[in-house]
Amino acid sequence: MTETEMELRVTPIGNGTVIDHIPAGQALNVLKILGIDRTTEATISVLMNVSSLRSGKKDIVKVEDRELKEEEVNKISLIAPGATINIIRNRRVVEKYTVDMPDLIVGVLRCPNPSCISNTNEPIKSQLLVKSKNPVVLRCVYCEQPITENIADYLI
Amino acid sequence: MFGKRHVLSMREFSRDEIDSVLDLAESLEPYARGGRCEALSGKILALLFFEPSTRTRLSFETAMMRLGGKTLSLGPAEGSAIAKGESLADTIRVIGAYADALVIRHPKEGSARLASQFSPVPVLNAGDGAGHHPTQTLLDLYTIRKESSLEDLRIALVGDLKYGRTVHSLAYALALYGADITLVSPPTLEMPASIKADLAGKGTMVREAHHLDSVIRDVDVLYVTRIQRERFPDPYEYSKVAKSYRIGPESLDGVRDGLIIMHPLPRVDEIAPEVDETRHALYFKQSFYGVPVRMALLKMLMEESR
Repeated sequence: MTETEMELRVTPIGNGTVIDHIPAGQALNVLKILGIDRTTEATISVLMNVSSLRSGKKDIVKVEDRELKEEEVNKISLIAPGATINIIRNRRVVEKYTVDMPDLIVGVLRCPNPSCISNTNEPIKSQLLVKSKNPVVLRCVYCEQPITENIADYLI
Repeated sequence: MFGKRHVLSMREFSRDEIDSVLDLAESLEPYARGGRCEALSGKILALLFFEPSTRTRLSFETAMMRLGGKTLSLGPAEGSAIAKGESLADTIRVIGAYADALVIRHPKEGSARLASQFSPVPVLNAGDGAGHHPTQTLLDLYTIRKESSLEDLRIALVGDLKYGRTVHSLAYALALYGADITLVSPPTLEMPASIKADLAGKGTMVREAHHLDSVIRDVDVLYVTRIQRERFPDPYEYSKVAKSYRIGPESLDGVRDGLIIMHPLPRVDEIAPEVDETRHALYFKQSFYGVPVRMALLKMLMEESR
């Protein structure tokens, strides 16, 4: 697909945030982490399985008229470690960076341990410490159980 | 050396911090045996046991009384009644306002950590489900230091190494002392790979064996744990395994002179009663050492919170 064909599918946005280089198939999980669901009023474009020079196929998410904050988007590094964030103003990229995993992930993933106190109705949010970013190794602050795989399965 | 506000997990202890607890415990031992001490006079320790316990609970109570303090406690019945309606967080906030420190045992893993986030006073974890039981580990280390040695230690951990929480935190702490660890368990109850990987990350390689025979003659400490019947779907399989790990007087042929046998208790039939009379049997003394060790922790946490 050429650039022109691509533009026919989804036109560039004027203002907002473009999340590029999401691993193919993870776009919907990215929206989930960002808390973007059917209640949103923003215009959202989701492109899945787009050809990519870097990785063969990728997903792209565009959120119009909303500049996502760095701490918000960094959470998606759990499932899209190489994703890049482009902040667009007046059709220009004014800021571009690669997501970076935070040291502590709060309220995004539930602990996989069914006997963990964080999986009960206590007034707390799940908290996972990032022990290693590549490969991803997380550890529950409460029960100390490690999480290393199928991370998307534990999205809250 | 002890800047802690809570005692939740052995993972948070450095070797220096462990040593400072054991040193203080040693100096408090005469008072654990009945000498007069008023170090915590006027202080109240709340015991919150949401799960049954005999040893741990009574030993904490004894420790507090030996230091001149008082205790109030919530039994399993009241605990479960509360657990039905009220969040643990609320219970902790309420009782935390009555006492100067809290001891908690709760069936959910991570519950002591949660308690520490809501408690206005220090929290001591007395067992959170299959998670941690740091005061048991500290009393185990105290026993080894007093009755054997933590230096150049050769130790075998025997029994249920998969579910037994005491052996996980003990192995972790022993790694800090560079101990040579052999794990002896039935194939179905081996130590979880994640814990072995954690130990390897600390530079401790563990050996694994499925039989006791040769291992017992080669170690300074034999740490025996209970193999629970309910872990086996087949009762015949259970009795076969349980029998092969039973320590009797005949198992002690050719062992090292200074070998000590430890057990977190309660034992069922892992160690034959005839072994109790041998010089190797240390499990009852080990259980008593829970008192000076818990006294040390209470004193450190509660004096600092004055």
